[in-house]
Amino acid sequence: MIAELGHFCLILALCVALAQGLLPLAGAVRGNARWIAFARPAAAAQFVLVALAFIALAWSFAQNDFSVAYVAQHSNTKLPLAYRLSAVWGGHEGSLLLWILLLAGWTLAVALASGPLPEAMVGRTIGVLGLVAVGFHAFILFTSNPFERLLQVPAEGRDLNPLLQDPGLIFHPPMLYMGYVGFSVAFALAIAALASGRLDAAWARWSRPWTTAAWVFLTLGIALGSYWAYYELGWGGWWFWDPVENASFMPWLIGTALIHSLAVTEKRGVLKNWTLLLAITAFSLSLLGTFLVRSGVLTSVHAFATDPRRGIFILLLLVLVIGASLVLFAVRAPRVASGGAFDLVSRETFLLANNVLLTVACATVFLGTLYPLAVDALGMGKISVGPPYFNAVFGPLMVPLLFLVALGPHAAWRSASLAELLARSRVAFAFAVIGGLALPFALGGFSPLVALGLFLVLWIIACTFLQVRSRVALRGGAPALLRQPAGYWGMHLAHLGLAVCVFGVVVSKGYETEKEVRMAQGDTLAIGGYSLRLVGMREAPGPNYSAVVGAVELSRDGKLLKVLRPEKRTYFSSQMPMTEAAIDPGLTRDIYVSIGEPLGGGAWSVRVYYKPFIVWIWGGALLMALGGLLALSDRRYRRGRATAQAAAMQGAKA
Amino acid sequence: MKPRHKRLALIGGGLAALAVAAALVLNAFQSNLVFFFSPSQIAAGEAPRDRAFRVGGLVQAGSVKRNPEGLTVNFVVTDTAKDITVVYTGSLPDLFREGKGVVAQGKLGADGVFRATEVLAKHDENYMPPDAQHALEQAQKAQKSLRTP
Repeated sequence: MIAELGHFCLILALCVALAQGLLPLAGAVRGNARWIAFARPAAAAQFVLVALAFIALAWSFAQNDFSVAYVAQHSNTKLPLAYRLSAVWGGHEGSLLLWILLLAGWTLAVALASGPLPEAMVGRTIGVLGLVAVGFHAFILFTSNPFERLLQVPAEGRDLNPLLQDPGLIFHPPMLYMGYVGFSVAFALAIAALASGRLDAAWARWSRPWTTAAWVFLTLGIALGSYWAYYELGWGGWWFWDPVENASFMPWLIGTALIHSLAVTEKRGVLKNWTLLLAITAFSLSLLGTFLVRSGVLTSVHAFATDPRRGIFILLLLVLVIGASLVLFAVRAPRVASGGAFDLVSRETFLLANNVLLTVACATVFLGTLYPLAVDALGMGKISVGPPYFNAVFGPLMVPLLFLVALGPHAAWRSASLAELLARSRVAFAFAVIGGLALPFALGGFSPLVALGLFLVLWIIACTFLQVRSRVALRGGAPALLRQPAGYWGMHLAHLGLAVCVFGVVVSKGYETEKEVRMAQGDTLAIGGYSLRLVGMREAPGPNYSAVVGAVELSRDGKLLKVLRPEKRTYFSSQMPMTEAAIDPGLTRDIYVSIGEPLGGGAWSVRVYYKPFIVWIWGGALLMALGGLLALSDRRYRRGRATAQAAAMQGAKA
Repeated sequence: MKPRHKRLALIGGGLAALAVAAALVLNAFQSNLVFFFSPSQIAAGEAPRDRAFRVGGLVQAGSVKRNPEGLTVNFVVTDTAKDITVVYTGSLPDLFREGKGVVAQGKLGADGVFRATEVLAKHDENYMPPDAQHALEQAQKAQKSLRTP
């Protein structure tokens, strides 16, 4: 009964989405204010209906209602309640429902927070979001209904994939999807701007917080996913250039470019067309990510289903969305002419360089991800493009980007003096060169790549410091620090976060040690100045698995620090073995132990990693996200209706 | 500087970035594309001797032999028509099983033994690596066409 209610809510939501997509758009074209006014209540109704459907599915999971096929496939009575609830998005159908729920949530947020915008713009934006919702509702209802019943009710469910039975699963997908779906707002705003031909500073100021918010979620989602892979997969890696990871990384790269080009569009009224194109691209890549992961073209942990109908449906949706928006762009973009010129050396040029580098980097990731699929689809053989390709291409492209990140904030808008830039950054450059050359020796040996990486890290930090200092000197001493807008601090915090992240990547890659050995009870192993001793292995039961737990003593200079307990689990329902690594985390190093397989005679294969400064990678990502949050809190974005309307009037006159 | 020159400089900069990226991509493709060969193709001498590639198929039942001292392991990968012996040093993935699908990446030695640097088997009891599946299908097709002249 509950499941049918959920299904019914979804059908109703599709009808509401149709009306939400068509009426306000038609109203905006024909100037009918009553049709436009339909947008907000429709968005609210849409959210309530989808939320009810989502609750219905969660209820079925909580009640172990195995007559619902999706529940029977992804749950089990022995599964703890927290995992039963997060299993709602542990499979294909439910994760699509989550997608739609978040889309409805973002739409509702737009409806509630769009006070300062002109009504026609609000109607168009919510209308476009409604059309996107129609596509996804149809996809769910026609190809992947999560409420489908089974005629023969099984006594027990098939259980959730053990890889997904982890606290990481509770947070990672919703965060990532919040980011993916969040770009739909920037996309809808871009389409609304194209449709109306109105793109002014007020539009850009309004788009910025939405884009930044989506970007913050995506950053956190990717970082969580990376950390999850690190401790859950047992191979000590944190980024595999797996197509599914790339699918989330591409919108992030373009989203980052979009944040920066929006800044230029708001402050200087240039790069307008480019900004629109980036907004369309960011959302298209989010859709492509959904397609790659959900269609089963990539067979990996994340591809829950292999049903060609679904793939074709998403592909059609993708072609429709991208095709229609590009056609609209081609027809309307010339109207959205850019005003204002800027010199070759100026803040604008630096941000443009940032955009070019990020877009090119995204294109290389795109090529590496899709080329094997294209070759396979054309029947030209089977190939794979692994991490060496991405490292060889992506790394060099990041070097100029990191170099320019430090300089950009020093350059003035419109026109900057090259001589002044050089004079300002001279000290920072000298500091970074010396530090970059010296620091590797302190960390464990010189290598040119590590030195280059550390130079870039120190360069960003030193330039940021100098920028803040000169701003203070210019604006009248320390009290000026407090008067700086939150966006200013957000930018610097995000840039410092990038530096911290790069530091973690460079140092952990440059100085990690890996040992893979055979260990029997009482054997010891030395790594990175630490000593590990296998005390013993014992059986331990879990709620829905049995495990072999090792006890490994970690000590330094003969002093016992900690007992690490890596596990090897076997899940009852699927008989799948799973490795649970044991990690002793630290600010300056992680010690990572995971057990492989029994080798006979009581011995096991054991993998041990010593990874210096690896948590800085995720710490840096966290700082970037905090920077984004700080920028979001900027007062500029919360200016009252009056100023925005005044700006709109000016725009209309111009 | 005239606006036209400025535009040229900006476009030139963009093109230079693209050219560098294209050069990097081509170079990386040249050395890092990994091709896939089935045991039958290797037996027919199609696989390269000097560069790394992937081989896939089923782990032959009873073929897994562990070296009692270190972590070296030998096993036979078969596509039901032809076999190839694989040597690997290290821990095998959780789902590595006799009779199940596997993909190994490495180089072919002069002695005809495949020296793997990486062994892949994914996380699902029903899941077959697509490459291994492909190898089995190819081999079965070839056998059928042999039987029906």
